Amino acid sequence: MGAVALLKLAEPPARAERELSSVRPEPVEGQGSSAGPFDAAQGERSLAEASATRPGERLREVLRVVIPPLFGIALLIGIWALVAIKSGNIPGPDKTWAAALKLFADPFYRNGPNDQGIGWNVLSSLQRVGIGFGFAALIGIPMGFVLGRFTFMNRMFEPIISLLRPVSPLAWLPIGLLVFQKADPAATWTIFICSIWPMILNTAEGVRRVPQDYLNVARVLGLPEAKVITRILFPAVLPYTLTGIRLSIGTAWLVIVAAEMLTGGVGIGFWVWDEWNNLKVEHIVIAIFVIGIVGLTLETLLLTLAKRFSYEAR
Amino acid sequence: MNKPIVKIENVCQTFNARSGKFTALRDINLDIRPREVVSLIGHSGCGKSTLLNLIAGLTLPSSGLLLCDNREIAGPAPERAVVFQNHSLLPWMTCFENVMLGVEQVFGRKEGKPKLKARVEAALAMVHMEHALHKFPHEISGGMKQRVGIARAFAMEPKILLMDEPFGALDALTRAALQDELNGVMAKTGATVVMVTHDVDEAVLLSDRIVMMTNGPAATIGEIVDVQLERPRDRLALAHDSRFAGYRAAVFEFLYRKQLKKAA
Repeated sequence: MGAVALLKLAEPPARAERELSSVRPEPVEGQGSSAGPFDAAQGERSLAEASATRPGERLREVLRVVIPPLFGIALLIGIWALVAIKSGNIPGPDKTWAAALKLFADPFYRNGPNDQGIGWNVLSSLQRVGIGFGFAALIGIPMGFVLGRFTFMNRMFEPIISLLRPVSPLAWLPIGLLVFQKADPAATWTIFICSIWPMILNTAEGVRRVPQDYLNVARVLGLPEAKVITRILFPAVLPYTLTGIRLSIGTAWLVIVAAEMLTGGVGIGFWVWDEWNNLKVEHIVIAIFVIGIVGLTLETLLLTLAKRFSYEAR
Repeated sequence: MNKPIVKIENVCQTFNARSGKFTALRDINLDIRPREVVSLIGHSGCGKSTLLNLIAGLTLPSSGLLLCDNREIAGPAPERAVVFQNHSLLPWMTCFENVMLGVEQVFGRKEGKPKLKARVEAALAMVHMEHALHKFPHEISGGMKQRVGIARAFAMEPKILLMDEPFGALDALTRAALQDELNGVMAKTGATVVMVTHDVDEAVLLSDRIVMMTNGPAATIGEIVDVQLERPRDRLALAHDSRFAGYRAAVFEFLYRKQLKKAA
Protein backbone atom coordinates (compact mmCIF):
# COMPACT_ATOMS: atom_id res chain seq x y z
CA MET A 1 0.00 0.00 0.00
CA GLY A 2 2.72 2.41 1.00
CA ALA A 3 4.74 1.51 -2.06
CA VAL A 4 1.77 2.18 -4.28
CA ALA A 5 1.27 5.60 -2.77
CA LEU A 6 4.92 6.39 -3.33
CA LEU A 7 4.69 5.36 -6.93
CA LYS A 8 1.66 7.51 -7.52
CA LEU A 9 3.26 10.50 -5.84
CA ALA A 10 6.33 10.05 -7.95
CA GLU A 11 4.30 10.53 -11.08
CA PRO A 12 3.79 14.31 -11.25
CA PRO A 13 7.49 15.22 -11.62
CA ALA A 14 7.83 12.66 -14.39
CA ARG A 15 4.96 14.31 -16.22
CA ALA A 16 6.51 17.73 -15.78
CA GLU A 17 9.66 16.44 -17.40
CA ARG A 18 7.70 15.17 -20.34
CA GLU A 19 6.08 18.52 -20.76
CA LEU A 20 9.44 20.24 -20.86
CA SER A 21 10.64 17.82 -23.48
CA SER A 22 7.57 18.47 -25.57
CA VAL A 23 8.24 22.18 -25.84
CA ARG A 24 7.72 23.28 -29.44
CA PRO A 25 6.20 20.03 -30.48
CA GLU A 26 4.87 21.04 -33.90
CA PRO A 27 8.04 20.67 -35.98
CA VAL A 28 8.97 17.56 -34.05
CA GLU A 29 5.72 15.86 -34.97
CA GLY A 30 5.98 17.07 -38.56
CA GLN A 31 9.41 15.57 -38.87
CA GLY A 32 8.46 12.44 -37.03
CA SER A 33 5.43 11.75 -39.15
CA SER A 34 7.14 12.33 -42.47
CA ALA A 35 10.18 10.39 -41.35
CA GLY A 36 8.17 7.19 -40.88
CA PRO A 37 7.20 6.28 -44.45
CA PHE A 38 10.28 8.01 -45.88
CA ASP A 39 12.62 5.92 -43.77
CA ALA A 40 10.81 2.78 -44.73
CA ALA A 41 11.11 3.58 -48.41
CA GLN A 42 14.76 4.36 -48.03
CA GLY A 43 15.29 1.13 -46.16
CA GLU A 44 13.75 -0.84 -48.99
CA ARG A 45 15.79 0.95 -51.57
CA SER A 46 19.07 0.39 -49.78
CA LEU A 47 18.20 -3.26 -49.38
CA ALA A 48 17.51 -3.58 -53.09
CA GLU A 49 20.72 -1.72 -53.89
CA ALA A 50 22.71 -3.94 -51.60
CA SER A 51 21.53 -7.08 -53.31
CA ALA A 52 22.03 -5.53 -56.74
CA THR A 53 25.55 -4.37 -56.04
CA ARG A 54 26.69 -7.87 -55.12
CA PRO A 55 25.62 -10.11 -58.01
CA GLY A 56 27.45 -13.10 -56.55
CA GLU A 57 25.35 -12.87 -53.42
CA ARG A 58 22.19 -12.59 -55.47
CA LEU A 59 23.02 -15.62 -57.62
CA ARG A 60 23.69 -17.65 -54.51
CA GLU A 61 20.33 -16.58 -53.11
CA VAL A 62 18.56 -17.68 -56.30
CA LEU A 63 20.37 -21.01 -56.30
CA ARG A 64 19.42 -21.56 -52.68
CA VAL A 65 15.76 -21.25 -53.69
CA VAL A 66 15.94 -23.22 -56.95
CA ILE A 67 18.27 -26.11 -56.11
CA PRO A 68 16.22 -27.96 -53.43
CA PRO A 69 13.05 -28.31 -55.55
CA LEU A 70 15.16 -29.57 -58.47
CA PHE A 71 16.64 -32.19 -56.16
CA GLY A 72 13.15 -33.18 -55.08
CA ILE A 73 11.95 -33.60 -58.65
CA ALA A 74 15.07 -35.58 -59.57
CA LEU A 75 14.50 -37.86 -56.59
CA LEU A 76 10.88 -38.45 -57.60
CA ILE A 77 11.84 -39.30 -61.18
CA GLY A 78 14.66 -41.55 -59.93
CA ILE A 79 12.39 -43.56 -57.65
CA TRP A 80 9.74 -43.72 -60.35
CA ALA A 81 12.26 -45.08 -62.87
CA LEU A 82 13.48 -47.64 -60.33
CA VAL A 83 9.95 -48.81 -59.53
CA ALA A 84 9.16 -49.00 -63.24
CA ILE A 85 12.20 -51.21 -63.93
CA LYS A 86 11.46 -53.51 -60.97
CA SER A 87 7.72 -53.93 -61.54
CA GLY A 88 7.68 -54.20 -65.31
CA ASN A 89 4.06 -53.12 -65.84
CA ILE A 90 4.38 -49.51 -64.60
CA PRO A 91 5.67 -47.27 -67.41
CA GLY A 92 8.92 -45.44 -66.68
CA PRO A 93 9.58 -41.71 -67.15
CA ASP A 94 10.93 -42.20 -70.69
CA LYS A 95 7.89 -44.13 -71.91
CA THR A 96 5.51 -41.70 -70.24
CA TRP A 97 7.33 -38.74 -71.74
CA ALA A 98 7.05 -40.19 -75.21
CA ALA A 99 3.33 -40.85 -74.67
CA ALA A 100 2.85 -37.34 -73.33
CA LEU A 101 4.45 -35.82 -76.42
CA LYS A 102 2.03 -37.73 -78.61
CA LEU A 103 -0.91 -36.92 -76.40
CA PHE A 104 -0.26 -33.19 -76.22
CA ALA A 105 0.49 -32.95 -79.94
CA ASP A 106 -3.28 -33.01 -80.49
CA PRO A 107 -5.14 -32.33 -77.24
CA PHE A 108 -8.36 -31.20 -78.91
CA TYR A 109 -9.46 -34.00 -81.20
CA ARG A 110 -12.92 -35.52 -81.20
CA ASN A 111 -13.65 -39.09 -82.25
CA GLY A 112 -17.12 -39.49 -80.83
CA PRO A 113 -18.38 -38.90 -77.31
CA ASN A 114 -16.09 -41.37 -75.56
CA ASP A 115 -12.86 -40.62 -77.37
CA GLN A 116 -11.80 -37.00 -77.08
CA GLY A 117 -8.49 -35.20 -76.58
CA ILE A 118 -7.11 -34.59 -73.08
CA GLY A 119 -7.71 -30.87 -73.53
CA TRP A 120 -11.47 -31.43 -73.88
CA ASN A 121 -11.46 -33.72 -70.87
CA VAL A 122 -9.73 -31.17 -68.67
CA LEU A 123 -11.96 -28.37 -69.94
CA SER A 124 -15.18 -30.25 -69.29
CA SER A 125 -14.01 -31.11 -65.78
CA LEU A 126 -13.19 -27.45 -65.21
CA GLN A 127 -16.60 -26.50 -66.56
CA ARG A 128 -18.36 -28.78 -64.08
CA VAL A 129 -16.26 -27.44 -61.24
CA GLY A 130 -16.96 -23.89 -62.40
CA ILE A 131 -20.74 -24.37 -62.52
CA GLY A 132 -21.03 -26.29 -59.24
CA PHE A 133 -18.67 -23.90 -57.57
CA GLY A 134 -20.47 -20.85 -58.94
CA PHE A 135 -23.81 -22.00 -57.60
CA ALA A 136 -22.20 -22.79 -54.26
CA ALA A 137 -20.79 -19.25 -54.09
CA LEU A 138 -24.12 -17.77 -55.14
CA ILE A 139 -25.91 -19.52 -52.28
CA GLY A 140 -23.14 -20.08 -49.74
CA ILE A 141 -21.75 -16.56 -49.45
CA PRO A 142 -25.06 -14.77 -48.79
CA MET A 143 -25.97 -17.59 -46.44
CA GLY A 144 -22.69 -17.11 -44.60
CA PHE A 145 -23.55 -13.42 -44.19
CA VAL A 146 -26.94 -14.30 -42.75
CA LEU A 147 -25.50 -16.89 -40.34
CA GLY A 148 -22.77 -14.51 -39.22
CA ARG A 149 -25.10 -11.58 -38.70
CA PHE A 150 -28.04 -13.27 -36.97
CA THR A 151 -27.40 -15.54 -34.00
CA PHE A 152 -30.81 -17.14 -34.34
CA MET A 153 -30.12 -18.27 -37.90
CA ASN A 154 -26.69 -19.49 -36.87
CA ARG A 155 -28.12 -21.63 -34.06
CA MET A 156 -30.82 -22.86 -36.41
CA PHE A 157 -28.47 -24.03 -39.16
CA GLU A 158 -25.40 -25.01 -37.16
CA PRO A 159 -26.55 -28.55 -36.29
CA ILE A 160 -27.58 -29.21 -39.90
CA ILE A 161 -24.26 -28.03 -41.28
CA SER A 162 -22.29 -29.96 -38.64
CA LEU A 163 -24.19 -33.10 -39.59
CA LEU A 164 -23.85 -32.77 -43.35
CA ARG A 165 -20.35 -31.37 -43.65
CA PRO A 166 -18.43 -34.59 -42.85
CA VAL A 167 -20.42 -36.57 -45.43
CA SER A 168 -18.42 -37.39 -48.55
CA PRO A 169 -19.89 -35.45 -51.45
CA LEU A 170 -19.94 -38.71 -53.44
CA ALA A 171 -22.65 -39.98 -51.10
CA TRP A 172 -24.82 -37.27 -52.62
CA LEU A 173 -24.19 -38.49 -56.16
CA PRO A 174 -27.14 -40.96 -56.28
CA ILE A 175 -29.47 -38.22 -55.05
CA GLY A 176 -28.18 -36.02 -57.84
CA LEU A 177 -28.71 -38.79 -60.39
CA LEU A 178 -32.22 -39.32 -59.10
CA VAL A 179 -33.16 -35.65 -59.15
CA PHE A 180 -31.49 -34.61 -62.42
CA GLN A 181 -31.92 -37.95 -64.27
CA LYS A 182 -28.60 -37.26 -66.01
CA ALA A 183 -24.95 -37.96 -65.23
CA ASP A 184 -23.54 -34.54 -66.05
CA PRO A 185 -25.58 -32.35 -63.67
CA ALA A 186 -25.21 -35.03 -61.00
CA ALA A 187 -21.41 -34.60 -61.05
CA THR A 188 -21.84 -30.84 -60.89
CA TRP A 189 -24.18 -31.37 -57.96
CA THR A 190 -21.47 -33.15 -55.94
CA ILE A 191 -19.15 -30.20 -56.60
CA PHE A 192 -21.85 -27.85 -55.37
CA ILE A 193 -22.25 -29.86 -52.18
CA CYS A 194 -18.56 -30.05 -51.35
CA SER A 195 -17.89 -26.37 -52.18
CA ILE A 196 -20.69 -24.82 -50.23
CA TRP A 197 -19.59 -25.68 -46.67
CA PRO A 198 -16.25 -23.84 -46.55
CA MET A 199 -17.89 -20.80 -48.16
CA ILE A 200 -20.71 -20.66 -45.63
CA LEU A 201 -18.51 -21.29 -42.62
CA ASN A 202 -15.67 -18.94 -43.56
CA THR A 203 -17.98 -16.11 -44.58
CA ALA A 204 -19.95 -16.47 -41.34
CA GLU A 205 -16.72 -16.46 -39.33
CA GLY A 206 -15.57 -13.34 -41.19
CA VAL A 207 -18.82 -11.55 -40.42
CA ARG A 208 -18.52 -12.49 -36.76
CA ARG A 209 -14.95 -11.19 -36.66
CA VAL A 210 -15.68 -7.75 -38.09
CA PRO A 211 -14.18 -5.48 -35.42
CA GLN A 212 -16.81 -3.84 -33.21
CA ASP A 213 -15.00 -0.54 -33.82
CA TYR A 214 -15.91 -0.56 -37.49
CA LEU A 215 -19.54 -1.24 -36.65
CA ASN A 216 -19.47 1.56 -34.08
CA VAL A 217 -18.11 3.90 -36.75
CA ALA A 218 -21.00 2.87 -38.97
CA ARG A 219 -23.48 3.55 -36.19
CA VAL A 220 -22.02 6.95 -35.32
CA LEU A 221 -21.94 8.00 -38.97
CA GLY A 222 -25.54 6.84 -39.22
CA LEU A 223 -24.92 4.62 -42.24
CA PRO A 224 -28.04 2.88 -43.57
CA GLU A 225 -27.97 -0.94 -43.54
CA ALA A 226 -27.27 -1.16 -47.30
CA LYS A 227 -24.19 1.01 -46.93
CA VAL A 228 -23.06 -0.93 -43.85
CA ILE A 229 -23.07 -4.05 -46.00
CA THR A 230 -21.36 -2.61 -49.08
CA ARG A 231 -18.86 -0.25 -47.45
CA ILE A 232 -18.03 -2.02 -44.19
CA LEU A 233 -19.15 -5.64 -43.90
CA PHE A 234 -18.29 -6.71 -47.43
CA PRO A 235 -14.71 -5.39 -47.54
CA ALA A 236 -14.06 -6.61 -44.00
CA VAL A 237 -15.34 -10.11 -44.76
CA LEU A 238 -13.82 -10.47 -48.22
CA PRO A 239 -10.49 -11.98 -47.06
CA TYR A 240 -12.35 -14.66 -45.08
CA THR A 241 -14.66 -15.44 -47.98
CA LEU A 242 -11.68 -15.77 -50.29
CA THR A 243 -10.15 -18.28 -47.87
CA GLY A 244 -13.40 -20.23 -48.05
CA ILE A 245 -13.32 -20.09 -51.83
CA ARG A 246 -9.75 -21.32 -51.89
CA LEU A 247 -10.55 -24.26 -49.62
CA SER A 248 -13.59 -25.07 -51.75
CA ILE A 249 -11.77 -25.11 -55.04
CA GLY A 250 -9.18 -27.48 -53.58
CA THR A 251 -11.82 -30.00 -52.49
CA ALA A 252 -13.87 -29.47 -55.63
CA TRP A 253 -10.92 -30.44 -57.79
CA LEU A 254 -10.34 -33.53 -55.62
CA VAL A 255 -13.96 -34.58 -55.83
CA ILE A 256 -14.52 -34.05 -59.54
CA VAL A 257 -12.09 -36.83 -60.49
CA ALA A 258 -13.91 -39.37 -58.33
CA ALA A 259 -17.34 -38.17 -59.39
CA GLU A 260 -16.50 -38.42 -63.08
CA MET A 261 -15.13 -41.94 -62.64
CA LEU A 262 -18.61 -42.86 -61.47
CA THR A 263 -20.68 -40.85 -63.93
CA GLY A 264 -18.65 -41.26 -67.14
CA GLY A 265 -19.00 -38.94 -70.13
CA VAL A 266 -16.19 -36.49 -70.84
CA GLY A 267 -13.85 -35.33 -68.10
CA ILE A 268 -10.43 -35.98 -66.66
CA GLY A 269 -11.76 -38.42 -64.05
CA PHE A 270 -13.63 -40.41 -66.65
CA TRP A 271 -10.56 -40.30 -68.89
CA VAL A 272 -8.41 -41.86 -66.14
CA TRP A 273 -10.92 -44.69 -65.76
CA ASP A 274 -11.21 -45.14 -69.53
CA GLU A 275 -7.45 -45.37 -69.94
CA TRP A 276 -7.36 -47.96 -67.16
CA ASN A 277 -9.89 -50.00 -69.10
CA ASN A 278 -7.67 -49.59 -72.17
CA LEU A 279 -4.67 -50.52 -70.00
CA LYS A 280 -2.79 -47.39 -71.08
CA VAL A 281 -1.06 -46.93 -67.74
CA GLU A 282 1.29 -44.23 -69.04
CA HIS A 283 -1.80 -42.08 -69.75
CA ILE A 284 -2.92 -42.52 -66.16
CA VAL A 285 0.44 -41.26 -64.95
CA ILE A 286 0.13 -38.29 -67.31
CA ALA A 287 -3.38 -37.64 -65.96
CA ILE A 288 -2.02 -37.59 -62.41
CA PHE A 289 0.44 -34.89 -63.41
CA VAL A 290 -2.21 -32.93 -65.30
CA ILE A 291 -4.63 -33.04 -62.39
CA GLY A 292 -1.88 -31.89 -60.06
CA ILE A 293 -0.82 -29.02 -62.28
CA VAL A 294 -4.38 -27.80 -62.86
CA GLY A 295 -5.12 -27.97 -59.11
CA LEU A 296 -1.96 -26.06 -58.32
CA THR A 297 -2.82 -23.41 -60.92
CA LEU A 298 -6.32 -22.94 -59.54
CA GLU A 299 -4.96 -22.58 -56.03
CA THR A 300 -2.28 -20.10 -57.09
CA LEU A 301 -4.77 -18.02 -59.07
CA LEU A 302 -7.08 -17.75 -56.09
CA LEU A 303 -4.21 -16.98 -53.75
CA THR A 304 -3.17 -14.10 -56.00
CA LEU A 305 -6.76 -12.93 -56.10
CA ALA A 306 -7.01 -13.13 -52.32
CA LYS A 307 -3.83 -11.09 -51.91
CA ARG A 308 -5.10 -8.51 -54.36
CA PHE A 309 -8.30 -7.97 -52.39
CA SER A 310 -7.09 -8.47 -48.85
CA TYR A 311 -6.66 -5.12 -47.13
CA GLU A 312 -4.49 -6.77 -44.46
CA ALA A 313 -1.85 -7.87 -46.93
CA ARG A 314 -1.49 -4.43 -48.47
CA MET B 1 -23.51 30.68 -20.90
CA ASN B 2 -26.76 29.74 -22.63
CA LYS B 3 -28.74 26.55 -22.27
CA PRO B 4 -26.91 23.25 -22.37
CA ILE B 5 -26.42 21.13 -25.50
CA VAL B 6 -26.33 17.92 -23.53
CA LYS B 7 -28.19 17.29 -20.29
CA ILE B 8 -27.46 14.22 -18.21
CA GLU B 9 -30.00 13.57 -15.44
CA ASN B 10 -29.72 10.89 -12.74
CA VAL B 11 -28.09 8.42 -15.07
CA CYS B 12 -27.24 4.97 -13.76
CA GLN B 13 -25.68 2.20 -15.76
CA THR B 14 -25.64 -1.43 -14.69
CA PHE B 15 -24.33 -4.39 -16.61
CA ASN B 16 -25.27 -8.02 -16.28
CA ALA B 17 -22.03 -9.67 -15.30
CA ARG B 18 -21.54 -13.36 -14.63
CA SER B 19 -21.51 -12.72 -10.90
CA GLY B 20 -24.78 -10.81 -10.99
CA LYS B 21 -25.55 -7.15 -11.57
CA PHE B 22 -22.61 -4.80 -11.81
CA THR B 23 -23.21 -1.09 -11.31
CA ALA B 24 -20.77 0.92 -13.37
CA LEU B 25 -22.20 4.42 -12.96
CA ARG B 26 -24.71 5.96 -10.58
CA ASP B 27 -26.35 9.36 -10.11
CA ILE B 28 -24.62 11.14 -12.93
CA ASN B 29 -25.85 14.70 -13.37
CA LEU B 30 -24.04 16.95 -15.81
CA ASP B 31 -24.86 19.74 -18.22
CA ILE B 32 -22.62 20.44 -21.18
CA ARG B 33 -22.91 23.96 -22.51
CA PRO B 34 -22.26 25.10 -26.06
CA ARG B 35 -18.66 25.79 -27.04
CA GLU B 36 -17.19 24.36 -23.88
CA VAL B 37 -14.59 21.65 -23.60
CA VAL B 38 -15.19 19.13 -20.83
CA SER B 39 -12.72 16.45 -19.79
CA LEU B 40 -13.71 13.30 -17.95
CA ILE B 41 -10.86 12.08 -15.82
CA GLY B 42 -10.49 9.28 -13.31
CA HIS B 43 -8.65 6.07 -12.59
CA SER B 44 -9.11 3.26 -15.07
CA GLY B 45 -12.33 1.36 -14.55
CA CYS B 46 -14.18 4.41 -13.22
CA GLY B 47 -16.64 4.33 -16.08
CA LYS B 48 -15.55 7.45 -17.93
CA SER B 49 -15.67 5.65 -21.25
CA THR B 50 -19.05 4.21 -20.27
CA LEU B 51 -20.33 7.73 -19.73
CA LEU B 52 -18.95 8.83 -23.10
CA ASN B 53 -20.62 5.87 -24.81
CA LEU B 54 -23.89 6.88 -23.18
CA ILE B 55 -23.62 10.40 -24.59
CA ALA B 56 -22.69 8.92 -27.96
CA GLY B 57 -25.76 6.69 -27.78
CA LEU B 58 -23.68 3.58 -28.38
CA THR B 59 -25.18 2.22 -25.15
CA LEU B 60 -28.40 3.21 -23.43
CA PRO B 61 -28.65 3.97 -19.70
CA SER B 62 -30.26 1.54 -17.26
CA SER B 63 -32.07 4.47 -15.70
CA GLY B 64 -32.03 8.23 -15.96
CA LEU B 65 -32.19 10.51 -18.94
CA LEU B 66 -29.76 11.88 -21.49
CA LEU B 67 -30.85 14.76 -23.69
CA CYS B 68 -29.15 16.31 -26.68
CA ASP B 69 -30.78 19.56 -27.82
CA ASN B 70 -33.79 18.65 -25.65
CA ARG B 71 -34.31 15.35 -27.42
CA GLU B 72 -33.68 12.05 -25.73
CA ILE B 73 -30.55 10.27 -26.92
CA ALA B 74 -31.89 6.99 -28.29
CA GLY B 75 -28.92 5.88 -30.36
CA PRO B 76 -25.79 7.09 -32.10
CA ALA B 77 -26.06 9.93 -34.60
CA PRO B 78 -23.67 12.08 -36.63
CA GLU B 79 -24.67 15.12 -34.53
CA ARG B 80 -22.62 13.47 -31.76
CA ALA B 81 -19.45 12.50 -33.62
CA VAL B 82 -16.96 10.23 -31.90
CA VAL B 83 -13.18 10.16 -32.18
CA PHE B 84 -12.20 6.64 -31.16
CA GLN B 85 -9.08 5.81 -29.20
CA ASN B 86 -7.62 3.57 -31.90
CA HIS B 87 -8.60 5.92 -34.75
CA SER B 88 -10.91 3.25 -36.29
CA LEU B 89 -10.24 4.31 -39.86
CA LEU B 90 -11.50 1.75 -42.34
CA PRO B 91 -8.35 0.15 -43.75
CA TRP B 92 -9.77 -0.42 -47.22
CA MET B 93 -10.46 3.26 -47.80
CA THR B 94 -8.07 6.16 -48.34
CA CYS B 95 -7.99 9.05 -45.89
CA PHE B 96 -10.18 11.03 -48.28
CA GLU B 97 -12.72 8.22 -48.58
CA ASN B 98 -12.80 7.70 -44.82
CA VAL B 99 -13.71 11.33 -44.23
CA MET B 100 -16.05 11.36 -47.23
CA LEU B 101 -18.05 8.45 -45.80
CA GLY B 102 -19.28 10.64 -42.95
CA VAL B 103 -19.58 13.85 -44.98
CA GLU B 104 -21.69 12.08 -47.61
CA GLN B 105 -23.98 10.80 -44.89
CA VAL B 106 -24.56 14.21 -43.31
CA PHE B 107 -24.52 16.57 -46.30
CA GLY B 108 -25.00 14.23 -49.27
CA ARG B 109 -28.69 14.95 -49.65
CA LYS B 110 -28.36 18.73 -49.76
CA GLU B 111 -25.06 19.30 -51.53
CA GLY B 112 -23.42 18.32 -54.80
CA LYS B 113 -20.23 16.30 -55.27
CA PRO B 114 -17.85 19.29 -55.62
CA LYS B 115 -19.10 20.85 -52.40
CA LEU B 116 -18.72 17.56 -50.51
CA LYS B 117 -15.23 17.15 -51.89
CA ALA B 118 -14.35 20.66 -50.74
CA ARG B 119 -15.63 19.85 -47.26
CA VAL B 120 -13.46 16.73 -47.02
CA GLU B 121 -10.39 18.56 -48.27
CA ALA B 122 -10.98 21.44 -45.87
CA ALA B 123 -11.32 19.06 -42.91
CA LEU B 124 -8.11 17.24 -43.79
CA ALA B 125 -6.30 20.54 -44.39
CA MET B 126 -7.40 21.73 -40.96
CA VAL B 127 -5.42 18.89 -39.34
CA HIS B 128 -2.57 19.38 -41.84
CA MET B 129 -3.16 16.14 -43.69
CA GLU B 130 -3.74 17.56 -47.17
CA HIS B 131 -0.60 15.79 -48.39
CA ALA B 132 -2.04 12.35 -47.61
CA LEU B 133 -5.52 12.56 -49.15
CA HIS B 134 -5.13 9.42 -51.18
CA LYS B 135 -3.01 7.38 -48.81
CA PHE B 136 -4.38 4.33 -47.05
CA PRO B 137 -4.36 4.24 -43.24
CA HIS B 138 -1.57 1.65 -43.11
CA GLU B 139 0.67 4.01 -45.09
CA ILE B 140 0.66 6.78 -42.48
CA SER B 141 1.86 7.03 -38.86
CA GLY B 142 -0.28 6.61 -35.76
CA GLY B 143 -0.43 10.35 -35.12
CA MET B 144 -1.52 10.99 -38.69
CA LYS B 145 -4.24 8.35 -38.43
CA GLN B 146 -5.61 10.07 -35.36
CA ARG B 147 -5.55 13.41 -37.22
CA VAL B 148 -7.66 11.84 -39.96
CA GLY B 149 -9.98 10.44 -37.28
CA ILE B 150 -10.39 13.95 -35.88
CA ALA B 151 -10.94 15.37 -39.36
CA ARG B 152 -13.63 12.76 -40.01
CA ALA B 153 -15.46 13.81 -36.86
CA PHE B 154 -15.12 17.57 -37.44
CA ALA B 155 -16.11 17.30 -41.10
CA MET B 156 -19.58 16.16 -40.06
CA GLU B 157 -20.05 19.47 -38.19
CA PRO B 158 -21.42 17.74 -35.12
CA LYS B 159 -23.25 19.56 -32.34
CA ILE B 160 -20.87 17.92 -29.93
CA LEU B 161 -17.62 16.06 -30.41
CA LEU B 162 -16.89 13.06 -28.20
CA MET B 163 -13.33 11.87 -27.83
CA ASP B 164 -12.39 8.64 -26.09
CA GLU B 165 -8.78 8.97 -25.00
CA PRO B 166 -8.00 10.34 -28.44
CA PHE B 167 -4.26 10.49 -27.91
CA GLY B 168 -3.90 7.55 -25.55
CA ALA B 169 -2.14 5.33 -28.07
CA LEU B 170 0.41 7.95 -29.14
CA ASP B 171 3.89 8.75 -27.89
CA ALA B 172 4.35 11.85 -25.74
CA LEU B 173 5.74 14.13 -28.45
CA THR B 174 3.11 13.25 -31.01
CA ARG B 175 0.48 13.61 -28.36
CA ALA B 176 1.63 17.13 -27.47
CA ALA B 177 1.60 18.11 -31.13
CA LEU B 178 -1.92 16.79 -31.56
CA GLN B 179 -3.13 18.51 -28.39
CA ASP B 180 -1.93 21.84 -29.76
CA GLU B 181 -3.51 21.05 -33.07
CA LEU B 182 -6.79 20.18 -31.40
CA ASN B 183 -6.68 23.41 -29.38
CA GLY B 184 -6.29 25.30 -32.64
CA VAL B 185 -9.11 23.44 -34.37
CA MET B 186 -11.43 23.94 -31.40
CA ALA B 187 -10.67 27.68 -31.39
CA LYS B 188 -11.35 27.89 -35.13
CA THR B 189 -14.61 25.92 -35.08
CA GLY B 190 -15.95 26.75 -31.63
CA ALA B 191 -16.77 23.10 -31.14
CA THR B 192 -18.31 21.61 -28.04
CA VAL B 193 -16.16 18.75 -26.88
CA VAL B 194 -16.37 16.00 -24.27
CA MET B 195 -13.11 14.15 -23.89
CA VAL B 196 -12.11 11.14 -21.85
CA THR B 197 -8.52 11.26 -20.71
CA HIS B 198 -6.23 9.98 -18.01
CA ASP B 199 -3.59 12.58 -18.66
CA VAL B 200 -3.85 15.44 -16.16
CA ASP B 201 -1.79 17.89 -18.26
CA GLU B 202 -3.95 17.18 -21.26
CA ALA B 203 -7.08 17.83 -19.24
CA VAL B 204 -5.86 21.17 -17.88
CA LEU B 205 -4.42 22.30 -21.20
CA LEU B 206 -7.51 21.59 -23.27
CA SER B 207 -10.54 21.89 -20.99
CA ASP B 208 -12.84 24.55 -19.64
CA ARG B 209 -14.07 22.10 -17.02
CA ILE B 210 -12.52 18.94 -15.70
CA VAL B 211 -15.04 16.41 -14.42
CA MET B 212 -13.30 14.10 -11.95
CA MET B 213 -14.87 10.75 -11.31
CA THR B 214 -14.74 8.60 -8.20
CA ASN B 215 -13.47 5.06 -8.36
CA GLY B 216 -15.71 2.30 -9.65
CA PRO B 217 -17.75 0.23 -9.18
CA ALA B 218 -20.74 2.55 -8.87
CA ALA B 219 -18.63 5.52 -9.88
CA THR B 220 -20.06 9.00 -9.97
CA ILE B 221 -18.88 12.56 -10.44
CA GLY B 222 -16.62 13.53 -7.54
CA GLU B 223 -15.59 17.10 -8.18
CA ILE B 224 -15.53 19.52 -11.08
CA VAL B 225 -12.63 21.91 -11.65
CA ASP B 226 -13.31 25.11 -13.61
CA VAL B 227 -10.22 25.90 -15.64
CA GLN B 228 -10.21 29.65 -16.09
CA LEU B 229 -7.21 30.07 -18.34
CA GLU B 230 -7.73 32.42 -21.26
CA ARG B 231 -7.49 31.08 -24.80
CA PRO B 232 -5.52 30.63 -26.96
CA ARG B 233 -3.42 28.66 -24.53
CA ASP B 234 0.28 28.38 -25.07
CA ARG B 235 1.89 25.24 -23.76
CA LEU B 236 5.24 26.94 -23.18
CA ALA B 237 3.85 29.97 -21.34
CA LEU B 238 1.54 27.82 -19.22
CA ALA B 239 4.44 25.69 -18.05
CA HIS B 240 5.53 28.70 -15.98
CA ASP B 241 2.03 29.81 -15.03
CA SER B 242 1.19 29.34 -11.37
CA ARG B 243 -2.54 28.99 -12.15
CA PHE B 244 -1.77 26.09 -14.47
CA ALA B 245 0.23 24.43 -11.70
CA GLY B 246 -2.65 25.10 -9.31
CA TYR B 247 -5.22 23.37 -11.52
CA ARG B 248 -2.91 20.45 -12.03
CA ALA B 249 -2.36 20.19 -8.31
CA ALA B 250 -6.11 20.22 -7.72
CA VAL B 251 -6.64 17.31 -10.09
CA PHE B 252 -3.72 15.35 -8.68
CA GLU B 253 -5.00 16.02 -5.20
CA PHE B 254 -8.34 14.48 -6.12
CA LEU B 255 -6.93 11.52 -8.03
CA TYR B 256 -4.11 10.53 -5.71
CA ARG B 257 -5.24 11.62 -2.28
CA LYS B 258 -9.02 11.40 -2.27
CA GLN B 259 -9.44 8.62 -4.82
CA LEU B 260 -6.25 6.69 -4.44
CA LYS B 261 -6.79 3.42 -6.16
CA LYS B 262 -6.20 0.43 -3.98
CA ALA B 263 -3.52 -1.87 -5.29
CA ALA B 264 -5.49 -4.05 -7.64
